[in-house]
Amino acid sequence: MFTRNAVFMVIAASCLLATGSIVADDNPRLGEAVSSAEIARMDFTVLPNGDGLPGGSGTAAAGALVYQQNCLACHGTAGKDGPNDSLVGGIGSLVTEQPQKTVGSYWPYATTLFDYVRRAMPYQAPGSLSDDDVYAVTAYILYLNDIVGEDDRLDAETLPEVRMPNRENFVWAYAPD
Amino acid sequence: MAHDKSPVAGNGLFDRRFFLKAGVAGSATLMSAAASPAERPAWMRAPGAPMSPSGEPSEHEAHVQRRPIGSHPGTTGTGAARTPLELLDGVITPSRLHFERHHSGIPAIDPDEHRLVIHGLVDRPLSFSLEALSRYQHVSRIQFLECTGNSGASIAPEPVQASCGAIHGLVSASEWGGVPLSVLLQEAGIKASGKWIIAAGADAAAMSRSVPVEKALDDAIVALYQNGERLRPSNGYPMRLFLPGWEGNMSVKWLRTLKVVDQPAMTKDETSKYSDLQADGVARLFTFPIGVKSVITSPSPGLTMGEAGIYQVSGIAWSGAGRIRRVEVSADGGKSWADAALDEHIMSKCLTRFRSAWRWDGSPAVILSRATDEAGNVQPTRDAVLEGRANGAFYHYNGIQAWRVGADGEISNVYA
Repeated sequence: MFTRNAVFMVIAASCLLATGSIVADDNPRLGEAVSSAEIARMDFTVLPNGDGLPGGSGTAAAGALVYQQNCLACHGTAGKDGPNDSLVGGIGSLVTEQPQKTVGSYWPYATTLFDYVRRAMPYQAPGSLSDDDVYAVTAYILYLNDIVGEDDRLDAETLPEVRMPNRENFVWAYAPD
Repeated sequence: MAHDKSPVAGNGLFDRRFFLKAGVAGSATLMSAAASPAERPAWMRAPGAPMSPSGEPSEHEAHVQRRPIGSHPGTTGTGAARTPLELLDGVITPSRLHFERHHSGIPAIDPDEHRLVIHGLVDRPLSFSLEALSRYQHVSRIQFLECTGNSGASIAPEPVQASCGAIHGLVSASEWGGVPLSVLLQEAGIKASGKWIIAAGADAAAMSRSVPVEKALDDAIVALYQNGERLRPSNGYPMRLFLPGWEGNMSVKWLRTLKVVDQPAMTKDETSKYSDLQADGVARLFTFPIGVKSVITSPSPGLTMGEAGIYQVSGIAWSGAGRIRRVEVSADGGKSWADAALDEHIMSKCLTRFRSAWRWDGSPAVILSRATDEAGNVQPTRDAVLEGRANGAFYHYNGIQAWRVGADGEISNVYA
């Protein structure tokens, strides 16, 4: 049968031959369809605009206990003076001789804190915190930096609205096309 | 040709064609040597060892190992181990000695269970098994990978006294083989609004970075092979992202998901770690291509000079902008320079080996190398790199390295 599609394909093939740039489609196309449920189980990405944030919520008041049980050993009492990265303090220090880069003084987006804690923390048992716990401990670290109040409730709506003190001091070295 | 045998730069540096001429004279000497009476060393008096399933280095080379191995407090798998540059030659790093930098250890991945999922702003979210990816047309390229923190010790107020590899060994080069990422993205179909890709690994940190779609479609690959064999676990087995010439952290190991989005995710590593804080408080994000750079690996700290005489000065040069065009060497602290010879294989975004002949007179000397890439970028001085940086900002360091050769043959790190 010489259908309209077949005619089109012949014409298309002729054009490719004429230009000498045959797209030899050697792609075996072995990618398998994947369900949104399966993707959701693998996807930890949170964007600065809040895309990817799950349901649930938490406050600093609730996050204090989460922090003490899961974070304190490495990051110290109140987010500083621990053996690993300081999370608190240093605001205003970046232009001094001793810049201290912490969540409060340096990080441009609060969403990054949720993203990172959910994907990678606590170090010895990543994935062990509930989404409510992640919201709560995020709120606690921001509270210790005087960025949110103790009872401010963080969720998918309010977290992207948190304004980090150092937000305006980042510039891009990369210019997309 | 007498000029080939006379120094062309201060303190005994020869022309880059020196070894060519010296080689001819050397052969003649060998041929005229008198034959010695037949005599066998111990290893020639009986048959040697049998064949084996896997070739290992000589027991006399047991000291050639990655070092130093440093991890964060309370962890064994978050940290780095470096390539012992001063003990290697050529440009390909043996896989076992390729530097490693992990953010939550090396995962023990079952390749049969592992999947790479491409999703987000695509027409068809797709999942690829290792078996499936193995059937695609592969490409392979010999290219370097450098950690953004490499050479960071060079910002210290006083020169750090450590081996060349301990300071600069977060760079290695391999033949990387795998599937062009553009092929897989084409299969999934990127929507017009898709501008960035969030790559994440299957390690315990689910390490993630934002990659511009332009780079993904340009020369990125999903690498399955390193130096002809499957990736080593410490380099991403069974699959990793490889972005030629760009900062190493973006070449996400144990690649698990690629999410196409319309903006960067501002991940922990790209914002709080591998950004460059300036003295005025402004921080630069997304410094992706590696700057033009070189370092003399021999002589260098970790090695010792013998008696005065002619030595090979050898090192590596590289640039994220493409090929290395020129390397100059100085033996008088930077007052005069001579072009080094470049080994034959000069490949884009790869290490290039350079060599110079130097007559060391046995007195203290300061040797340096300076690379230029095909885009015309010239390796900057240390002062130029540090100009305008905040105190302690150590990422993306590519300054000229000076080594001091002492009269006692000891080699140390100095700021020239």
